[in-house]
Amino acid sequence: MLTKRIIPCLDIKDGRTVKGVNFENIRDAGDPIELGALYAAQGADELVFLDITATNERRKTLSELVTRIARHVNIPFTVGGGIASVEDVSVLLNAGADKVSVNTAAFRNPPLLNELAREFGSQCIVLAIDTRFEDGDWFVYLNGGRVKTDTRTEDWAKEAVDRGAGEILLTSMNNDGTKQGFALDITGRLSQNLNVPVIASGGAGTMEHFADVFEKAQADAALAASIFHYKEMEIPALKNYLYQKGIQIRF
Amino acid sequence: MKTAILKYNAGNIRSVLFALERLGVEATVTDDPEELRSADKVIFPGVGEASTAMNYLKERRLDELIKDLQQPVLGICLGMQLMCKHSEENDTACMGIFDLPVKKFESPVKNLLKIPQIGWNNVAGLHSVIFEHVPENSYMYFVHSYYVALGPETTAIANYIINYSAALQKDNFYAVQFHPEKSADAGQQLIESFLKL
Repeated sequence: MLTKRIIPCLDIKDGRTVKGVNFENIRDAGDPIELGALYAAQGADELVFLDITATNERRKTLSELVTRIARHVNIPFTVGGGIASVEDVSVLLNAGADKVSVNTAAFRNPPLLNELAREFGSQCIVLAIDTRFEDGDWFVYLNGGRVKTDTRTEDWAKEAVDRGAGEILLTSMNNDGTKQGFALDITGRLSQNLNVPVIASGGAGTMEHFADVFEKAQADAALAASIFHYKEMEIPALKNYLYQKGIQIRF
Repeated sequence: MKTAILKYNAGNIRSVLFALERLGVEATVTDDPEELRSADKVIFPGVGEASTAMNYLKERRLDELIKDLQQPVLGICLGMQLMCKHSEENDTACMGIFDLPVKKFESPVKNLLKIPQIGWNNVAGLHSVIFEHVPENSYMYFVHSYYVALGPETTAIANYIINYSAALQKDNFYAVQFHPEKSADAGQQLIESFLKL
């Protein structure tokens, strides 16, 4: 049986792992390669590295970091952050990334998804969506959650999949950093209405939250950052808990 | 020992190179016929689309070269599918080392099972020497929309929608649908066993 995936996410700024709350108040959380290798050894199923560096040096530094990760980590990993072109993706995949995640650039220029899928295959194109619930529905936010759009998250996710996105990484801004649990309703709606895997992100605080997002929202994978970085939850204990609950998990 | 990785227009070659590096093995990425023929082991990796990859190989006569190799050859993912007879992916005639069809996954109920299959799945019925140190029902990392049907050459079975070939072997040709280079310790064991053949 295909298992549910536990994915630690490492936000990268200037080569270091950082973590903010509700996309703000950034704190240092360690060396990304050391942390990534540690999580892999502990049983993480995949890793996501999101680069939030905003300098011109960014691209080169990132591809070097990706190669160092690929050398040391023996599980799949996704790289995202500011990816805007076929060339960007090509550089990162060639550097050793297994998948890339695109967000704002794909929303601004949706044919980019078609191009990426045609060039590299849908299986390595993850569409990241930052979403917030307001006025009765979930809407797409851009630029790391700073720019609101009038597009419903469900509509954008469907279009993105039609264009070639192979997975959806859905982050609820309402839930992110709260440790009150994942956004079950929008995660469930996407999971049931899309034929690609949905990775739930934002809000993990307890082991029960993971069980809920897998069982109640049918998420294919769950992503978390701070609870792992600050050792509030260890991956082996989390997997053991999910296994006891009868959820398909890899050991 | 000389290990060659076939260079062609498919992705993920670097991941295989790094996996070998972690085992202390230096490999050459090449499409040079002489280098491939003289290698002790040849790895045929790949992530990509079948017809594009097959055309590329045919234009360079690499398909014939692979079929004629005498040393142990390991096909990975798309590499395994191209070693089969025919792929439903853009109706592609493949190399035919394994007389098996490559078919597309179809979810029995809409959106019940996602396609591609992405993630960790267990492999069972292991009976090839490359699984010597891989425990039954180990989890391996899979990313694919097409699968190889079961056949006499099947050496490992996985289940996603249906039972299908997770691995094949015939003479010196070994093939796996999953990515051993990304499958943590279990995958590393498999690569080590292949390199020791």
